[in-house]
Amino acid sequence: MVDDMYREVILDHYKNPRGHGVIEGADAQAEGLNPLCGDEVTIYLQFDEDGETIDEVKFSGRGCAISQASTSMLMEMVKGRKAEEIAALPKEELLEEIGIPLTPIRLKCALLGLGVLKVALHRAKGTALPDEWAGLDELELK
Amino acid sequence: MAVTARSTLDAQKLRADFPIFEQKIHGKPLAYLDSAASSQKPRQVLDVMREFYETSYANVHRGVYTLSERATEGYEGAREKARAFVNAPSAREVIFTRSATESINLVAYAWGLDNLGPGDLVLVTELEHHSNFVPWQYIAKRTGADFRMLPIDDGGELRLDGLDELASGARVKVVATNLVSNSLGTVNPVERLGSWAHAQGAIMVVDAAQGAPHHRVDVQALDCDFLAFSSHKLCGPTGVGALWGRAELLEKMAPFNLGGHMIRSVRLEETTWGDLPYKFEAGTQPIAEAVGFGAAMDYVNAVGLEAIEEYESELVAYTLDRFAELGAITSYGPPPERRAGIVSFNVEGIHPHDVAQVLDSEGVAIRAGHHCCQPLMTRLGVAATNRASYYLYSLPDEIDRLIEGLHKVRKILG
Repeated sequence: MVDDMYREVILDHYKNPRGHGVIEGADAQAEGLNPLCGDEVTIYLQFDEDGETIDEVKFSGRGCAISQASTSMLMEMVKGRKAEEIAALPKEELLEEIGIPLTPIRLKCALLGLGVLKVALHRAKGTALPDEWAGLDELELK
Repeated sequence: MAVTARSTLDAQKLRADFPIFEQKIHGKPLAYLDSAASSQKPRQVLDVMREFYETSYANVHRGVYTLSERATEGYEGAREKARAFVNAPSAREVIFTRSATESINLVAYAWGLDNLGPGDLVLVTELEHHSNFVPWQYIAKRTGADFRMLPIDDGGELRLDGLDELASGARVKVVATNLVSNSLGTVNPVERLGSWAHAQGAIMVVDAAQGAPHHRVDVQALDCDFLAFSSHKLCGPTGVGALWGRAELLEKMAPFNLGGHMIRSVRLEETTWGDLPYKFEAGTQPIAEAVGFGAAMDYVNAVGLEAIEEYESELVAYTLDRFAELGAITSYGPPPERRAGIVSFNVEGIHPHDVAQVLDSEGVAIRAGHHCCQPLMTRLGVAATNRASYYLYSLPDEIDRLIEGLHKVRKILG
């Protein structure tokens, strides 16, 4: 099972994260923390001229391989897509991409980046965060 | 094998008392290195509880019938065992609670709300589990008292030399510490802290949840006023703990939980409270759990706390030796002779969750996280650590498997 969890693609994203960095003066930004294990993720977004298309997306943070790799994969998934679509993105789409068996505790690690991204998008658009992600927008980094 | 048979404890033999070790995890024998979170349970405890339910169970202190008397005898017998276990002067000073956490909350609410106010100081340590930190922080805030934290040095030991300065300008009313740190294993100098507390006119509150299972506790020698401990880290069931407190303090305190059994008389105009310890035992208590707790104390006493302490210290020394061979491991805490069987560590460049996940695949169970000690994690400058913790059934072989597992961790994630 552990070999499934730490399969090559996960380790590749963990060791060579895509979109790792900071966007100064980002159009949207949010940070989140998994208080159970201290995973931290901050996500920065830049929109296209239409104000809808995600032109650039980056993340910074630290944490376990699962949280960092899944956020890295998320960066590749969302670039070029519409803000509205990603704000409503079902978590199953990311989980399918991650494609590994996750225990309930590790599921929190895997979904941290997506939750933070949703907080950033809903904040930028002034829309309400769906209940499923409630609480994440109240977290603050230490 | 670097661990020699200096200690009189035969862990291999004791291990046969614990049915949990008969199973395999991911096809491998279970190496359970998380006893600081909760200990496993020996057959002797499980049998006593089953037999109690099958032959002697009823509510206690209620009925005049035989079965209720038998149940009461079992419950009060456990109280006497708890008294002896911590060498309390009287069994009326021993209150059964749900947990060590509830024991501390009882003191924080029932003593704190009536005795703390502006200008007073509550002092805890940087090593505290949240259970002996958060209740005091909360009650201090509610009463307007100051709340401060005694820091540790780089070796994970309390800086007693900083006490006077820390307390300057305030009336110290409460000093609260754990006996053994659940995160670093540090055995704290409670006697010295207690005599300082008393010189200030403060009460001394000791969280012995982690200490009592591993270290002989004598409340009269410790110079403390309250001491909390629990069953589940001591080979007993969950759901029951105990609080020892000085009778003269307990008698003056208002009750904590209110309801049945803790009363003397109830009238519409007024209710009067029962005697100690019943004033603090509202509602139906965890009866069979208390009986199991008693059996667990018998079990631990038969093994011998001195032997347990010595054996754990050998296991810690062995672990640190093996870590030194392995390299690139940061471990936290004092030298083995001043700590219980707990080793907190980090593997360079690898998050504790990943370490624990890979170890689990090898059947090695360790804890990864902040161990309910966020202020301590902040002091150490980490979000989390790995923690291996031992008890009387732990084997050097399990430590070898931990080390082998760490090689695999590095292979996968390094």
